[in-house]
Amino acid sequence: MCNVCGCGTGETRIEGEAVDHEQEHEHVHADGTVHRHSHGAAGQKWVPVAAGQVHRHAPAGEHVHEHADGSLHYGHGPAGAHAPGMSQAQMVKIEQNILAKNDGFAERNRGWLAERGILALNLVSSPGSGKTTLLVRTIEALQSRVPVAVVEGDQQTSFDAERIRATGAPALQINTGKGCHLDAHMVGRALEKLAPADDSVLLIENVGNLVCPAAFDLGEAAKVVVLSVTEGEDKPLKYPDMFAAASLMLVNKIDLLPYLNFPVDKAIEYALRVNPQLQVIQVSATTGAGFDAWLGWIDARLAEAVAARTR
Amino acid sequence: MHEMSLAEGIRQIVEDAGRSQGFGKVKIVVLEIGELSSVEPESLRFCFDVVMKDSIADGAQLQIDPVPGSGWCMQCAETVPISALYDPCPKCGSYQVQATGGTEMRVKELEIE
Repeated sequence: MCNVCGCGTGETRIEGEAVDHEQEHEHVHADGTVHRHSHGAAGQKWVPVAAGQVHRHAPAGEHVHEHADGSLHYGHGPAGAHAPGMSQAQMVKIEQNILAKNDGFAERNRGWLAERGILALNLVSSPGSGKTTLLVRTIEALQSRVPVAVVEGDQQTSFDAERIRATGAPALQINTGKGCHLDAHMVGRALEKLAPADDSVLLIENVGNLVCPAAFDLGEAAKVVVLSVTEGEDKPLKYPDMFAAASLMLVNKIDLLPYLNFPVDKAIEYALRVNPQLQVIQVSATTGAGFDAWLGWIDARLAEAVAARTR
Repeated sequence: MHEMSLAEGIRQIVEDAGRSQGFGKVKIVVLEIGELSSVEPESLRFCFDVVMKDSIADGAQLQIDPVPGSGWCMQCAETVPISALYDPCPKCGSYQVQATGGTEMRVKELEIE
């Protein structure tokens, strides 16, 4: 991580736009001050662009961090200002949620989506549960009557966004680099670029990871966890956080049940232990089994989002 | 899980507080971590030391105050202690327990000098 601006390892990309962190670059702070610095090994220093300008951040100011090449960077705040030290130890009450910053961006996304009557669903699962195939079939079924847009999260490649675009639906790929989850800030920027239509459905395919995405609110209406029958039925107990955070569980690949020893009832029972409110639908993205129930679930939620549209 | 991101969140909160309240050195960071939250304290301690480097909390001690888990048992219609999201109600054995307490991940206070 850069010790000067704290801007992380520079691995995040949107639609493949890279962030080259070796070069000199500028930061524009909330108070309008511009700083330029390099990331070379030696001499990492803040250099005020105009002579005499003090390096200062607005107290709760957002650290705007765009690079000259237009790419986006998801590092975090600046190194601190140095106030005169105090001689005596004292306690300062903070009482702030560690994820407050993410939650703030999530609320902003939620407001943005609500204004436009857009239903956003955050699809989460292990890698290989069939999320992308499920999305493709879902889009094909929905798009004749409602516009669908997709945000794709993966560590690398834009394969998934390409699969989605083949359906005709707009899709934006976010590569998280080394990151293990999407966060609300990434999704906020993706919304601006993607500009989904009013009264539409936005499907967010999170990074395939049953752990980290559970804690990061993206501003979605609901998390939908996908568990495929080729996995273990005890996953809800092994990875409880995700099943606790989800509103709906899709048990996918049920067309394979005759060939497997997967006790569906047991899997559902375990998931309900973790989250008694969880709704469950069994589907096959290959045969379309269970899709009437799944599409009905989306329609009911979309109707609520459209009815609540505020602009 | 994502303890590195959480540690970065803590650094932001600490730095923001230092700027708005005008202090330059933090000796102890006190967190409240719920038993049912998705944080692994040992992993967070490891990340904390790395992420706080060159911040106003460089070298600060990390104190984690645990918050016990609790849930609402729908059968008993009361709040009961649980230590995992999948725990049954200790009174009736039902799994109809919705987590209600012990899910927090908060920066509680800082000792500064």
